[in-house]
Amino acid sequence: MRALVPLSFVLPVLVGCVVLAFRRWLPRMVTDLLCVATAATVAGCTGLLAHAAGGGRIVEWMGGFTPHRGYSVGIVLVVDPLGAGAACLAAVLTGCALLYGWRYLSDAGEHYHVLMLLFLAAMVAFASAGDLFTLFVFFELMGAVAYALTGMRIEEPESVQGGLTFGVVNSLGAYLTLMGIGVLYARYGQLGLAQLGAAIGAAKPDPALVAAFCLVCCGFLVKAAVVPMHFWLADAHAVAPTPVCVLFSGVMVELGLYAVTRIYWVVFATALPVATIGRTLLVFGVLTALLGAVMCVSQRHLKRLLAYSTVAHLGLFLVGVSTLNADGLAGTAVYVLGHSGVKAALFLLAGILLNRYRSVDEAYLHGRAGLRSPVGWLYLLAGLALAGVPPFGPGLGKALTEEAAGAGHPWLVWLFVAVSALTGGAVLRTGLRIFAGLGEPPGGGDEETTGRSEESETTGPVRGTPVTMLVATCLLLGGGLLVGALPGLARACGRAAAAAIDTLGYRDEVLHGTLRPLAEVPDSYWSASGVLLGLLSAALAVGVALLALARLPERLRRPLRPLEPVLVGLHRLHSGHVGDYVAWLFLGTAALAALVAW
Amino acid sequence: MQVFAYAVGGWLVLVGAAGIVRSHHLVHTVVSLSVAQAGTYVFLLAVGFQWNAVAPVFSTSADTHRAVVDPVVQALTLTDIVVSATVTALLLALAVQIQKRHGTVDPDELRALKG
Repeated sequence: MRALVPLSFVLPVLVGCVVLAFRRWLPRMVTDLLCVATAATVAGCTGLLAHAAGGGRIVEWMGGFTPHRGYSVGIVLVVDPLGAGAACLAAVLTGCALLYGWRYLSDAGEHYHVLMLLFLAAMVAFASAGDLFTLFVFFELMGAVAYALTGMRIEEPESVQGGLTFGVVNSLGAYLTLMGIGVLYARYGQLGLAQLGAAIGAAKPDPALVAAFCLVCCGFLVKAAVVPMHFWLADAHAVAPTPVCVLFSGVMVELGLYAVTRIYWVVFATALPVATIGRTLLVFGVLTALLGAVMCVSQRHLKRLLAYSTVAHLGLFLVGVSTLNADGLAGTAVYVLGHSGVKAALFLLAGILLNRYRSVDEAYLHGRAGLRSPVGWLYLLAGLALAGVPPFGPGLGKALTEEAAGAGHPWLVWLFVAVSALTGGAVLRTGLRIFAGLGEPPGGGDEETTGRSEESETTGPVRGTPVTMLVATCLLLGGGLLVGALPGLARACGRAAAAAIDTLGYRDEVLHGTLRPLAEVPDSYWSASGVLLGLLSAALAVGVALLALARLPERLRRPLRPLEPVLVGLHRLHSGHVGDYVAWLFLGTAALAALVAW
Repeated sequence: MQVFAYAVGGWLVLVGAAGIVRSHHLVHTVVSLSVAQAGTYVFLLAVGFQWNAVAPVFSTSADTHRAVVDPVVQALTLTDIVVSATVTALLLALAVQIQKRHGTVDPDELRALKG
């Protein structure tokens, strides 16, 4: 079983090399088949690892460099159910994304396939890294591949600009993380997560420790698109090819949160008090959720709208993580799984529209697509699922997370309901406009990207929807449904969360090989209040959508007038200027440090 | 003395970031990013430095009792340089492509994405 750990990320790299070496002789069909099969194999391996890790973490010292008197110069890979689950999610999404691009993605040369496989390898290795530097190296690999995938369509002005902004902001965040790793190494002489945690122990949080925590988290929070470091996300999502958006929204951003969770629980949990860190993460989470939801409802570019909805949901995930207990983390894990299936399906549906009509502008698409093809129905269903309607995965995740978060702060339940209703409502509004032709086309301001004319991603306009595209979409949406419907998956998330927050268990198992029994495992499934709140937020989402489509009388519009300059101001902040984004990144770092030190 | 090296490292990161914020040319932006990264090299090397220690190269004839500087941070720095070369090359290629598609490399005049 231990051999599967390195194999799960070495395999995609090897297949990528083979594809690159034999590209002249391999027909497109074979390349596609090979890549999808590789992703499926990795999904199988990591799924098996996740299952096996339920009985104890799998620790692999590469090359047999086991620690000698507490010191080790080797690389250690540690697989626990949470990490293996994240890796499995990455592999499943990569498989579906490659299936969607099957034969049709036009300028998808072999570069595209190789980059996708490398991206998968980086994500899997990132999720199983057991020391800070391995984590950082695969974080950087993940980043570099992501910049290349974003700017892949080099003929398009938006694409290259989005890729550059993404690259500069995320690289700078990663350098701050490296500084933090340097501070930790200078102070404790260790890089392994477990060794560092044991070396820090219950030390009093002095300025160097707080600075190290903030710097290390900074790069991961940039990747997780936490306000005010989220600016790159919408630009990157708006320009990246559709299958790439699936991976960005579905798993890459969530891996940023995964890293923060892992590092806090293994390294810092015994030194930095839970109350301080919980409060800090809560502030960032609430801000991210609110700003993401507001930006989401005021978009007309479909991919940007979905991107801001990802920002809003990331905020909710962060609120779930900020409870710093097993219930909150278990709920968040279910939420991430369900959200990735539904959001990925929505991106693919937007991609299908883009290929047929060469536009992702809500106003241009108004009434153009009918409800006769399954695309429209799938889109509306996914919108409802995103709003939290039972029995879909996002609904179950939302129910569990809001219950855990509401135990500390009861008002957080309403934050979850409001953000789900706003983001789901925005998706339903665009769906009803585009597929049912309801309402009037929206008028646009100057401060936004419309997506009126975009290059299609396929070789010619597509007549009908290719079967592979529909199959990939249905698989993802079906996966989102299964997450909410299968009690086993939610329980597995509960066990994974309980293992992930078991600080001393992780350190003991990696350093001494002793297995400790898990404390208490949250038993997570639907409750009556969860179902009711899910139905409520879905109903509110429909209300939001209909309200946006209806022509309101002047009397009702007047109280909303003062809000318009605020909205324009928020849109102006998202200026697309890389210098502005970097300034915000440093403001965010300063705010993080201030909140942790306070 | 080591404190001075830490200060230089931190200052380089900040001055590189300030360069990106004030930049009027994308090549300048990318080079500023490299300057910020150079700060991390200085910082990491300073962490492992010792006075009167030699390079960590061991052979059968070398004196194994002499102090050496920390090889781990040097390995980190080397890896970091490799990453930096990749990212810089990629970003410069994107900057060239931006010049071709937008006709400008001034970030103030790039207006394709906003809102």
